[in-house]
Amino acid sequence: MSILIDEKTKVIVQGITGRMARFHTKEMIEYGTNVVGGVTPGKSGEIVEGVPVFNTVKEAVEATGAEASLVFVPPPFAADSIMEAADAGIKYCVSITDGIPAQDMMRVKRYMKRYRKENRMVLTGPNCAGTISPGKSFLGIMPPHIYKKGTVGIVGRSGTLGYEAASQLATLNIGISTSVGIGGDPINGSSFRDILELFENDPETEVIALIGEIGGPQEAEAAEYIRDHMSKPVVAYVAGLTAPKGRTMGHAGAIISAFGESASEKVEILSAAGVTVAEHPSIIGETIASLMRG
Amino acid sequence: MDIHEYQAKEILSEFGVSIPEGGLAYSPEQAAYRAREMGGDKWIVKAQVHAGGRGKAGGVKLCMNDTEIIEAASSMLGRKLVTHQTGPEGKGIYRLYVEAGVPIDREIYLGFVLDRTTQRIMIVASSQGGMEIEEISANEPESIVRASIDPAVGLVEFQAREIAFKLGIEPSLTQHMVRTLMGCFHAFRDLDATMVEINPLVVTKDNQIMALDAKMTFDDNALFRHPRISELRDKSQEDPRESNAADRGLSYVGLDGNIGCIVNGAGLAMATMDTIKLSGGEPANFLDIGGGATPERVGKAFRLVRSDPKVEAILVNIFAGINRCDWVAEGVVQALKDDPIDIPVIVRLSGTNVKEGQKILAKSGLPIIRAATLKEAADRSVYAWKSDQSGSKKLKAIS
Repeated sequence: MSILIDEKTKVIVQGITGRMARFHTKEMIEYGTNVVGGVTPGKSGEIVEGVPVFNTVKEAVEATGAEASLVFVPPPFAADSIMEAADAGIKYCVSITDGIPAQDMMRVKRYMKRYRKENRMVLTGPNCAGTISPGKSFLGIMPPHIYKKGTVGIVGRSGTLGYEAASQLATLNIGISTSVGIGGDPINGSSFRDILELFENDPETEVIALIGEIGGPQEAEAAEYIRDHMSKPVVAYVAGLTAPKGRTMGHAGAIISAFGESASEKVEILSAAGVTVAEHPSIIGETIASLMRG
Repeated sequence: MDIHEYQAKEILSEFGVSIPEGGLAYSPEQAAYRAREMGGDKWIVKAQVHAGGRGKAGGVKLCMNDTEIIEAASSMLGRKLVTHQTGPEGKGIYRLYVEAGVPIDREIYLGFVLDRTTQRIMIVASSQGGMEIEEISANEPESIVRASIDPAVGLVEFQAREIAFKLGIEPSLTQHMVRTLMGCFHAFRDLDATMVEINPLVVTKDNQIMALDAKMTFDDNALFRHPRISELRDKSQEDPRESNAADRGLSYVGLDGNIGCIVNGAGLAMATMDTIKLSGGEPANFLDIGGGATPERVGKAFRLVRSDPKVEAILVNIFAGINRCDWVAEGVVQALKDDPIDIPVIVRLSGTNVKEGQKILAKSGLPIIRAATLKEAADRSVYAWKSDQSGSKKLKAIS
């Protein structure tokens, strides 16, 4: 299968009775995502978009055998919902919610360590557009039809910049194995490195596009991993060349506060690790295409 | 969100951190009164602005009598303080903090930060206080002591003791130092701070440990559960356009260029700015209109960008997923009809409902320059801006 999800993956939507969640649940089902249920405390027995609603994630898992969950819960309650998913045995969780307090995420990360590595839930996000394996399934809010099926793996912090890359590739008739949003928050579920490792071991992925931005240590950490452990070629773009130091650029995590966190420093670190860097966001597609032509 | 020094000190002292006696003043007379009230023979008058580097910029003055206090206070109040952290426009001084001088034996640096590598709260301390942490790590890296705090357990006393010993705190003061560290940690954790910095933390000649300066930053995403902290927001310290934008659900950062940007998504917004730069222009701002933007919100974004007098062209770049191109187009058309402008407007739409959006733009009859890709949009913006500059004020509709 592709990494993280495929057409068989049974998915529940946490917070399914909300307006946005309903809309995106419908989109996912239409695309082919195997949505088997939803969770909203106190709304058990309701049906949304043809799937049953449960009070707790545990009940939903017992009744449907769900393995993945999409968290659409508002920020004050989102961390709690992610921990509930981890405890109920969900294997993969995508959190869309933007605005979760950083210390809540710190506690989520600590909580997830209660479980042995082989039973530990994989979390991507929060504050991301989700994950898609084109032609199979998607968990998130992206416009799925801009993604063509193929062999390029995409991992990025930004949702819309990910769409930009996918559509550039589609124009060049290049498809995507899986695209994963890791989100723009300072404390996130999976890092670039975590997802790169999945792509490296994925037979359906040949080339990887890493779309980073200013702030935080995760691009540098990824560079080290690419240099020491990866055989597949990686193309990178880092947004925020024109971003001033010390200012938060929309994403809570997009702020240059230490050495190595600016776009030009990250580009340097990635280049030194053997990554092909697209200097310009509009040539991400072309750069991948020329690499694939070899 | 940032708060003032005097506010941070008040909070930290509630959590058990010792601070010198002090009082807030809004006028020179009040500053002198504060000094008389607390007694003593020397006082520090400190400008309350949301920026570091106040000392070097003349925002902190040692005074020995009434006259000096009044002089110092008059020289600061109402003025803009320009430090290396404020940018050239500076920050207005509207409040002063008058503090009793204390006899300093040694200065320590103490910081609590959210460390993104370990994803934990980290203590950073150094025996070389008074300097900024960047300076310390460049010049005295071996003096830096670090400790990472387990979110499940919190700061443990032995960790605090270890730090005290590593900093060379006298054994008789260890407990006082432990109390200081615990206080900072609890304030950080309980109030959802993202940074607590005491620089310097001093050991006084009469054997006390005191915070001479204090800085706290809070997690904007957690303010909903800390109404008391939210009330400390001081809009006089914010860029009016940025706070205005934030109040309207828009994320805006003003820059120095002249091509205004309206984009959805933070990453694409940064990439759009970068592309303008690479096409030979300079972006005037970062602006993310967020997801699910209504025509009204797009209109607000338009007015906001236009309110910057430097803006000489506007680029709208939308890749709609959760957004809708038709709503964006409606917003743009409405904004231009309500309030026509004579600067070039370039619109690139992609994603959800793009055809409907293009139709709305085409039907409007407005001289909107359209572009199909990010590169084309940036190139056309820079080109339109340059040709607009070279005299032709007439807009040409391309494509």
